[in-house]
Amino acid sequence: MAPDLMTTAGTGEAAPPAAGRSLISRFARWDVLVTALLIAVFLAGAAGSPDFANTGNLSFALGDLGEIALIALAMTLLVVAAEVDLSVASVLGLSSALLGALWDGGWPIETIIPVVVVVGAVCGLVNGLLVTRLGLPSLAVTIGTLALYRGLAYVVLGDKAVAEFPQAYTDLVTGDVPGTPIPYPVALFVLPAIVTGIVLHATGVGRALFAIGAQEEAAFFAGIRVKRIKLVLFVVAGTVAAFAGVVYTLRYGSARADNGFGVELAVIAAVLLGGVDFDGGKGTLGGVIAGVLLIGLLRNLLMLNDVATEIQSIVTGLLLIVSVLTPRLAAVLRQRRRAPSSPTPRSTEERNR
Amino acid sequence: MKDPGETGAPRGQASGTAPPVLALRGVSKSFGAVRALREVSLELFAGEAHALAGENGAGKSTLVKTLSGVHRPDEGEILLDGAPVEFGGPAAAQEAGVAVIYQEPTLFPDLSVAENIFMGRQPRAGFGRIDRRAMREESAALFKRLGVALDPGRPARGLSIADQQLVEIAKALSREARVLIMDEPTAALSGNEVARLFNVVKALREHGCAVLFISHRLDEIFELCQRVTTLRDGAWVASEHISGLTPDDLVRRMVGRDLDALYPKQETTPGEVALTVGRLTREGVFTDVSFEVRRGEIVALAGLVGAGRSEVARAVFGVDRWDAGSVEVGGRRLPAGSPTAAMAAGLALVPEDRRQQGLVMDLSIERNIGLTGLRSVRRGPVISRAAERDRARDWATRLQLKFTRLGDAVNVLSGGNQQKVVLAKWLATDPAVLIVDEPTRGIDIGTKAEVHRLLSELAGRGIAILMISSDLPEVLGMADRVLVMHEGRLTAEIPRERATEENVMSAATGRDAGAAA
Repeated sequence: MAPDLMTTAGTGEAAPPAAGRSLISRFARWDVLVTALLIAVFLAGAAGSPDFANTGNLSFALGDLGEIALIALAMTLLVVAAEVDLSVASVLGLSSALLGALWDGGWPIETIIPVVVVVGAVCGLVNGLLVTRLGLPSLAVTIGTLALYRGLAYVVLGDKAVAEFPQAYTDLVTGDVPGTPIPYPVALFVLPAIVTGIVLHATGVGRALFAIGAQEEAAFFAGIRVKRIKLVLFVVAGTVAAFAGVVYTLRYGSARADNGFGVELAVIAAVLLGGVDFDGGKGTLGGVIAGVLLIGLLRNLLMLNDVATEIQSIVTGLLLIVSVLTPRLAAVLRQRRRAPSSPTPRSTEERNR
Repeated sequence: MKDPGETGAPRGQASGTAPPVLALRGVSKSFGAVRALREVSLELFAGEAHALAGENGAGKSTLVKTLSGVHRPDEGEILLDGAPVEFGGPAAAQEAGVAVIYQEPTLFPDLSVAENIFMGRQPRAGFGRIDRRAMREESAALFKRLGVALDPGRPARGLSIADQQLVEIAKALSREARVLIMDEPTAALSGNEVARLFNVVKALREHGCAVLFISHRLDEIFELCQRVTTLRDGAWVASEHISGLTPDDLVRRMVGRDLDALYPKQETTPGEVALTVGRLTREGVFTDVSFEVRRGEIVALAGLVGAGRSEVARAVFGVDRWDAGSVEVGGRRLPAGSPTAAMAAGLALVPEDRRQQGLVMDLSIERNIGLTGLRSVRRGPVISRAAERDRARDWATRLQLKFTRLGDAVNVLSGGNQQKVVLAKWLATDPAVLIVDEPTRGIDIGTKAEVHRLLSELAGRGIAILMISSDLPEVLGMADRVLVMHEGRLTAEIPRERATEENVMSAATGRDAGAAA
């Protein structure tokens, strides 16, 4: 009987100030907060540094975000389904190294790009099969393949760097869409972002992803092909990471095995900062895009102010922790407020869990 | 069943003359617009076990919280030994001798049993040291009074829920509680533990305590209590001696209608075969299980827990694989291990574990109902929010789901309403065969009757129903045929006319005497 009464009591208490509370809770939504923070950082940046708020710099900052943003789309789908892929940066590196090696070997770039992307898909497939067929946790699997794929990248290209890619292609990723200050990588991001948004928030697959992330067993009992969907997500993540590797390589005009080292952390920080629950089942793509932009602006600001890369890394790490910690803290506080007079400890059963 | 006056009131109560230890008079309590209690009165006498009966949402929890000082009444008064009191908070109620034993107690796991009992009031030896020996001896004495064996020196961590309740009861006694409120104490206990708790309650009564006992299980109320107060929709219905009541009377007071509605079985003529299970085997779990379910038929799958009934259902629906045999729906053979294929063929499974398997607890009512229809509410590749919402609203209305908003998470609903969401989610797929696994477990009696009526109606509309149930009256009341499993095999098939508790139980326990049809 307890739950039922709690409901009547709960809704009852909420009844008089209902309007106020819903307004507060709307503002308290994480993705809205992040957007507000984004605007605040932008304004602070504009006030603090004259080089910040001009189209040239912003265009550069956005272009610099391209790979992170692209991979974050695929990562969002995975994390909503309560999985994660830590190997994306290594796939990016492998893709870059392979591109360099094949270009060095005299392959035409038109052949190299599809080959590299397919290799990325295979990398994702390996992750997906290990997770879905063998039932291994994706965190462990992709830490393993993080090392494995990066190692393969060094096998493919060694320590050298390959440059001198065709002008037409490097221009494409460093240039702007004609007549606008919008860099091509951003334009390249918009279409996938729209598609991802629709898939996540308006299709059956998206509904299934949230259900899988929140309660996988119930999703399976509802006839959702849990394993197949997860497998596809890993393949997509690998494919996108490899494509991001191509963009990265052309943008810097340099193929190296260590390209994109550590990018997975920025991606995951952006996704979690965007309000996606690391335990799955919660999040919005809008929040993630705000999270990506926030990370991008912060990095740009730190760079403009000549802050050392170590500090940049520290900032990324702190953001990651804060974004995981804050919602939990808020939940605990909310619970405290709801039950102010319960100093008793939880039962032993609960504690033992 | 005996009167409080007849038995066990050695201290205090001279029958009929002493005022009640604790009483509520005309108490009302509202939360916003919801009136949780309306002019409720209740009297608890020393030495009696008094049952509080009512459906989910009848106001039992609010009443308990009012008695224990958590809520203050909006109107009416609380009387202690006949004199009005006001409990400023739970501490004041405790001070006055009112103790609540919750379903799942809250102990300090790393402290010993004795330390838990005397938390905050430890006996002192010289120089203000805590007198551990006195604490342990007094605890042992309390357990002896209750007639149970529990080591006061052991840590609370790892105690069973039943033992934790005993520690709470001992704690209450050590504070000289005179009123013990037990809020569904038996819900998480095994049969032996319930029997032990009942002995403890008898001991408490003999010591002159009043016990307010809350339980969904009618048999427990009739076994343990002398009087019963019934609430319905927050209002007082009756307070009376149990000896003059039958279980049907009590249900009528709780639900407000007759019990014969609990098993509203319609007569139907079975149609063509909808589900055929042929020699289905999953190694080590069940063997050679064969049966058919026809359209319009309710077939019960009875047996003891662990006989393999749920496992058969899971395999038929494709959640688990099978090793040999076949499953056909409407003449179409299903592949092993694919719930998606089973759904497409017209199978639906309302699983045993509603919270893990039936529902995604964090998602809304609407999304949960929508989960089985992701293909049917689409416009092109995109889901139509309107169609999704209509589908949910339609089924929520048909099943008389009680909810505030379709967007509310299902975890705020009561058990019975959650079960309705699971049913809605599957009925919305328009199944040919519906498998329900323990469809009424843990839900209150009014909703139970609704679920039964629904199943009967569905059968009347030509759906084939396979019902797994451990509730024998439910099996006998609802089934056209009863299949009985024992240790992974079907041991009997009994038609409705010949099914009795005896022959179903004997087939379920493997004493096959004359049960096989």
